[in-house]
Amino acid sequence: MTFLEKHLEDPVRLARVKRRFYAGLAALVVVETAAPLVLYPDHAHFWFEDLPAWGSIYGLVSCVAIVVLSKVLGKLWLVRRETHYDS
Amino acid sequence: MTPEWVHPGLLLILGAGVVPLLGGRIKRAFMVVLPASALVLCLRLEPGTYGVVRFFGQELVFGRVDPLSLVFSYVFALLAVVGMLYALHVRDDAQHVAALIYAGGALGVTFAGDFLSFFLFWELMAVSAVLIVWLRREPPAVAAGFRYLLVHVTGGLCLLAGIALHWSETGSLAFSDMSAHAGGAAFTLILLALLVNAAVPPLGAWLPDAYPEATATGAVFLTAFTTKSAVYALIRGFAGTEILVWLGAVMAVYGVVYAVLENDARRLLAYHIISQVGYMVCGVGIGTELALNGATAHAFAHILYKGLLFMGAGAVLHVTSLRKLSDMGGLYKTMPLTLGLYMIGAFAISAVPLFSGFVSKSMVVSSAAETHRTWVFLLLTLASSGTFLHTGLKLPYYMFFGKDRGLRGQEPPRNMLAAMALTAAACVLIGILPGLLYAQLPYPVDYAPYTVRHVTSTLGLLAFTALGFFLLIRHLDPEPTISLDTDWFYRRGLPAALAPVQGGLGRLDAWVGQIHQRVMQRGVLGAAALLRQIDARVIDATAVGVGRLTQAMSQSLRTRVSGHAQYYALIMAGGVLAALALAVLSQ
Repeated sequence: MTFLEKHLEDPVRLARVKRRFYAGLAALVVVETAAPLVLYPDHAHFWFEDLPAWGSIYGLVSCVAIVVLSKVLGKLWLVRRETHYDS
Repeated sequence: MTPEWVHPGLLLILGAGVVPLLGGRIKRAFMVVLPASALVLCLRLEPGTYGVVRFFGQELVFGRVDPLSLVFSYVFALLAVVGMLYALHVRDDAQHVAALIYAGGALGVTFAGDFLSFFLFWELMAVSAVLIVWLRREPPAVAAGFRYLLVHVTGGLCLLAGIALHWSETGSLAFSDMSAHAGGAAFTLILLALLVNAAVPPLGAWLPDAYPEATATGAVFLTAFTTKSAVYALIRGFAGTEILVWLGAVMAVYGVVYAVLENDARRLLAYHIISQVGYMVCGVGIGTELALNGATAHAFAHILYKGLLFMGAGAVLHVTSLRKLSDMGGLYKTMPLTLGLYMIGAFAISAVPLFSGFVSKSMVVSSAAETHRTWVFLLLTLASSGTFLHTGLKLPYYMFFGKDRGLRGQEPPRNMLAAMALTAAACVLIGILPGLLYAQLPYPVDYAPYTVRHVTSTLGLLAFTALGFFLLIRHLDPEPTISLDTDWFYRRGLPAALAPVQGGLGRLDAWVGQIHQRVMQRGVLGAAALLRQIDARVIDATAVGVGRLTQAMSQSLRTRVSGHAQYYALIMAGGVLAALALAVLSQ
């Protein structure tokens, strides 16, 4: 897949891909905030779903929360050497 | 069995025995045609009751065909077809036989209308699944298989005890809604057995323990049948059981939390089975028509995309013999087709719009919202983010991109690619035309997945999960470690707990031995000697006496009964003369 290779190996193109990714994120926030105002007036089941850009915010919060919770649990308790059960 | 009813599961189980007898092209054709015929049989079934067998006064129903059992049978048979196609290159008949029996068992469970035939196929699944794990024929696989067996035999006994209690209480073996018996011992035992097979924590550690130890092809079958047939049974018997709501929601998060720490590619995917089955269990607990439809639809979609993900990871394993993410990287250059097909599965499990997970998972999440369960809704949505984080970002990133370790694989065999392509097509088809799946669900569907709000908030959730991934990427590098799960209790805890009591147990053993010796050697052997004497003196003497008497009688009879015809004729003539003389004289 030379297309992927071209875009990932060339630092200039990779930077462009990254810029487009961030632009896409910004566009999504705008769409998610504007869509309820323009396209549909009804309310969601929960009040927090009507917050501006709820999905985006909760996505970022969830991702960070899962990684932090898991890493903390892992460090304190769960993670062992691969040979833990070999004896 | 009536002529119009051929059990699709029985077809697979009996057909499995034919595989080793065939060879070459005929065998390979048969391996796909057999499950395909089972699929056709399922598709042609009309709702009704078939295969009723009287057994000790009980009615065993092998063919309860209704919308719920039909939709599960379709996807089980479909996965059997693509699974066999994926395994076509494997030259090990035992694996094929075990896989076909396993699929047949799942169909048997699906169509079972009574607890006894249900139990029969349930155990058949446990045994054939263990065989699939063992047939990698490596020491870790054998050990994991024994642990799998330990857990599932315990679960099976629980089920049997529950069935026996239920039978004695109600006098019926029929497997239907159990809510009337909620809280009873039978209810609890059967529910517990189903929760073991659905891999609900803390009873689910067997799943990530055993599945990654199977072969690349065997694991595809394992992902589909055991947990989803348990979901089917939960829908059938335990819809609306409140505890399932919370178990399911916690399970969905539990799976993604463990997946962060995981380094083995297929074990990471196995933790995501737990997470995804969490949505289904939660849906069963909520118990509304939308929730039960959602659990069913999600099981259907899940079997396909999870099969596809395991096929993708299995293809990498097949080509590179690598299973740890910390050893992989840079494979996108040489395995682009595998990457593309894997990503379709990853988008489907992550509920990206236009892929199957989007139209199925959202039904369960919406049912949580409709029943005003705020925390359940938040937990399930959080787990969605975690699903994309691992299956859609972390695993493909470290497997196919990431640090280039100079691995140069090639695409897997064509049959593997074809199986993946078929499954991927199904994932996309369901996503684009959800009506096809919705029409098969047990209740009428009044649900529109493609609303502006749902699409925009899902895209926002996924895109910002991706942002989180790239921000935290340094903390997500896979490390060569393992994580403790509840299997610790039977791998380390139990032997450790038993060590101090072993001295006491030893003394107890010696005691029991001595008592045994006294009772057995003196008592039992003495009684045996006495009985032998009675036998010799009384019974033998009687038998001999009777024999002698008979002999003497036959001796005396022999002298009288000579057997010569002329003597008999003479006696008869004498008799006739005597009778004539009597007649003449008496007149």
